[in-house]
Amino acid sequence: MAQPAFEEVVEDFEFLEDWEDRYRMVIEMGKDMAPMPDALKVPATKVEGCASQVWLHMTPEQGVFHFQGDSDALIVKGLIALLHRLYDGLPVAEVGVVDARSELGRLGLNDHLSAQRSNGLRAMIERIREQAAE
Amino acid sequence: MYDVQEIRKDFPILAREVNGKPLVYLDNGASAQKPRAVIDAVTRGYAEEYANVHRGLHYLSNLATEKYEGVREIIARFLGAPDPEEIVYTTGTTMGINLVAYGWAMEHLKAGDEILLSVMEHHANIVPWHFLRERMGVVLKWVDVDETGALDPQKVIDAIGPKTKLLAITQMSNVLGTVVDVKTICHAAREKGVPVLVDGSQAAVHMPVNVAEIGCDFYAITGHKLYGPSASGAIWIAKNRMAEMRPFMGGGDMIREVSKDEVTYNDPPMKFEAGTPGIVQQIGLGVALDYMMGVGMDRIAAHEASLRDYAQSRLTGLNWLQVQGHAPGKGAIFSFTMDGAGHAHDISTILDKKGVAVRAGHHCAGPLMDHLGVTATCRASFAMYNTVEEVDALVDALELAHDLFG
Repeated sequence: MAQPAFEEVVEDFEFLEDWEDRYRMVIEMGKDMAPMPDALKVPATKVEGCASQVWLHMTPEQGVFHFQGDSDALIVKGLIALLHRLYDGLPVAEVGVVDARSELGRLGLNDHLSAQRSNGLRAMIERIREQAAE
Repeated sequence: MYDVQEIRKDFPILAREVNGKPLVYLDNGASAQKPRAVIDAVTRGYAEEYANVHRGLHYLSNLATEKYEGVREIIARFLGAPDPEEIVYTTGTTMGINLVAYGWAMEHLKAGDEILLSVMEHHANIVPWHFLRERMGVVLKWVDVDETGALDPQKVIDAIGPKTKLLAITQMSNVLGTVVDVKTICHAAREKGVPVLVDGSQAAVHMPVNVAEIGCDFYAITGHKLYGPSASGAIWIAKNRMAEMRPFMGGGDMIREVSKDEVTYNDPPMKFEAGTPGIVQQIGLGVALDYMMGVGMDRIAAHEASLRDYAQSRLTGLNWLQVQGHAPGKGAIFSFTMDGAGHAHDISTILDKKGVAVRAGHHCAGPLMDHLGVTATCRASFAMYNTVEEVDALVDALELAHDLFG
């Protein structure tokens, strides 16, 4: 079991039959995400290796992992929202334990995870794990 | 009449599905699919007729050499070049332009000399000239397109100054589809004694080309966009320019004799073809060009013009879609952005799910993207085997994308 926020999405997805509705929901989740202040969109938070622009700002507070993110691509932003539900609020020590690939696979979104995909999901997950390990 | 369904049967990949949907391949500007004749020629080249060229005196080497060398005549015919010896084999347009940069321009230009480019050039026709800017202090001058994406030939001609030593201009924009009147430009440039390199990478697949009529000095093409194998290609170089060039890559095949103290070169065009070439690729390119000429370049151009008109009318009907470039007589290439979609990749991702393959990104045309004020666009580019039904499939997929993002 992942975090409750992510399990909610898994439950919602169970009712969605086609990929269009799944994408619609991912896009909506991206739009609903708390906006990331422009001041945080700096080279240090930019995730390279993505075709679109992606920023992730991570702030562990008292052992709890928090992050904000944004992208100029709506689908990617939705993927960030999914990662947010997967990671945000976890004890920092547990971040590295999450198997993001199989969790996202539960949503039928694994096609975003192949190495050749340029959406940068892998790069984002890597950045999250690196930051949590620091 | 042009039976596009019959032509489609010649391209095996068009029968496949992608993401559970029939493939709608609209990424021809990036690379075109291959007809069965080309695939068979490549297979046969390896299975039955393979050996290195120009070397052995054995049966297979002679056979491969004959087939490989025979392609020069086909390319010359395809480009309207008077003499097959003016055809230099390359791995594509990029190599052809680099050959001119190193082999000709580096010999004849000095610091402060100018190279004139249009703002629509592909990076392959920009970066080699930046090399010369970095290494020799050559100056790059740019000519803008107008608000429709058209390039006024007079504007290019007027920009030719006393220091202009070379024009490097595309015949068709890979982003906007704009067709450039290179003939008018070349004739004016010739009067002023300035050589012109025409980047024919996009144009040659869509229209009849005749270099003698155009009056250019260099005309570069790439095989993979011409329904031929990847890493095949050629550049046509006028005899007088070829005589002014030094070889830029050294190695086997391009030499006559090599000793410890000196080297003498082979005659052109082989002087510019170092190393074992893409033998089978080049043979495949010959078959691809024969295939196109067999259908008829005029007929291909007419078919694509009707696709362009239909696509233009359908896409213009989508008021949330911004199509970049409306130059009169443009080719069937459409770059666009969409209201509501954050990024070109958003659009291409949804299109891909519907089986529609387009390109999203900067299209290797940084200066043009800056000029248009966008970071990326989606691009649908059509070919001889595309249909009006595929235009409809594109529009349906775009409507879905707009619905999802809107």
